[in-house]
Amino acid sequence: MSSTSVVEIARASRHTALVRITHWITVLSFLALLLTGAEIVISHPRFYWGETGNSGTTPLFKIPIPASRSTVPSGYNYVMPDENGWSRYLHFEAAWVLVLTGLIYVAAGLLTRHFARNLLPAPGDRNWGAFRAVLAKYLRRAPPDPAESRVYNVVQRTAYLSVIFVLFPLVIWTGLALSPAFDSAVPAAVDLLGGRQSARTLHFFVSGLLVFFLIVHVAMIAFAGFWNRMRGMITGRIAAASERP
Amino acid sequence: MSNISRRKMMTTGLAATAGVAGLATAARLARRYGLIPPDGSGIYGPGETLTYAAQRLLTHHSLAREFPRSMISKTPFGNEIAPPGDAFKRHQAAGFSDWRLTVDGMVAHPASFSLSDLKALPVHNQITEVACEEGWSYIAEWIGTPLVHVLDAVGVLPQARYIVYYSIEPDWWESIDMADALHPQTFLTLGMNDGELPVRFGGPLRLRVPRQLGYKSVKFITRITATDSMKRFGKGLGSASPEAGYAWYAGI
Repeated sequence: MSSTSVVEIARASRHTALVRITHWITVLSFLALLLTGAEIVISHPRFYWGETGNSGTTPLFKIPIPASRSTVPSGYNYVMPDENGWSRYLHFEAAWVLVLTGLIYVAAGLLTRHFARNLLPAPGDRNWGAFRAVLAKYLRRAPPDPAESRVYNVVQRTAYLSVIFVLFPLVIWTGLALSPAFDSAVPAAVDLLGGRQSARTLHFFVSGLLVFFLIVHVAMIAFAGFWNRMRGMITGRIAAASERP
Repeated sequence: MSNISRRKMMTTGLAATAGVAGLATAARLARRYGLIPPDGSGIYGPGETLTYAAQRLLTHHSLAREFPRSMISKTPFGNEIAPPGDAFKRHQAAGFSDWRLTVDGMVAHPASFSLSDLKALPVHNQITEVACEEGWSYIAEWIGTPLVHVLDAVGVLPQARYIVYYSIEPDWWESIDMADALHPQTFLTLGMNDGELPVRFGGPLRLRVPRQLGYKSVKFITRITATDSMKRFGKGLGSASPEAGYAWYAGI
């Protein structure tokens, strides 16, 4: 291996193996959770606030779709196929994969100072001005400058830290609060959220925020150059040259 | 190949070997301490085993949340059930006076209890929530005999690991492990909200397991069996639920 090629590879390296592997495992388990979560919602597409709620009580809101159970007053004369059995099995298995992967990622991220180096906004960027400057650039639809393919800007850093340390912990907490056995051991898990039905409604909304992140994330990757960014997250290396031909 | 990548390969190899050995040890320990659920095989087996084992280590003796009387639901929701069979209709016509609960299997003294026999045992009440796997819930007061008193009366043998319970309706049966069977809130329920247990809610006799989802609380109970293994029951998956695609352990 010649010395020049080593320099080239080093210059273009982007993501560590740990980040890439945990990223894609998280993608797979999140998609499984999303699909199965939607399936489970279809069996009772009504949401409540407080401790209890059922077909005999007033919902906070309902999703205007037919339900997979005939007992739900959905307003439709059609009952969707019931897919809850395997959906529930897969939901909880994927949740375990996501939680264990997340724990490994966070532990390794702290040990290798990944968060401090790559995700915590630089001291000079911790203000609204820096944040607004990046947003303004996005709104102008200005192509990312080459430096941005190697380091995250302040908006990206804030978004990723929020997903890792706010949204995922919240979606795990609100999900755990729906476990009657877990609640028997840790009643505060559900009581602090305002009751079982509040926890279910919050679980739904936090999942919605994660879906919103996913859509923006994929859209921004398409904008920055989809295949090069994909190559970065799969092989760990990106093309060193200009990204948008 | 450089030294660094060789070291990396050796580290990765060692880590993989340690991982496999660790998993094998964990599986052996889980089996020894009864932490693998009856439906703990197949593609969803690892997830189910992790859930059940974690819950057993965390919640062995914990109590389901109880609520003040003011939180009892004005509109409890009795889930849809199949039209009752002839056997049930005969009992209903007779006011359930001949309803009996048979207890057999790994017990010292197999016995049969009438509803008044059960009422003669210590009767307790609890205000707990029924949570359905679909997402809805309600709170009610449940009045009944803790299952543990019936198991004590028949002398359940120490090697029993599961209590299997059957509805009078065909193909409706479940099982729970001893942690849930001996749990003080697991009731053979006879009454609800200061009255008799309505048929819609499982009357005359329902086994309430408040630390698990509603589908573990089977309605119209006529038989209980103690066993050390679920292999000989149905397809060996623990209850009718896994045979219909639903998890055996519903504490989640």
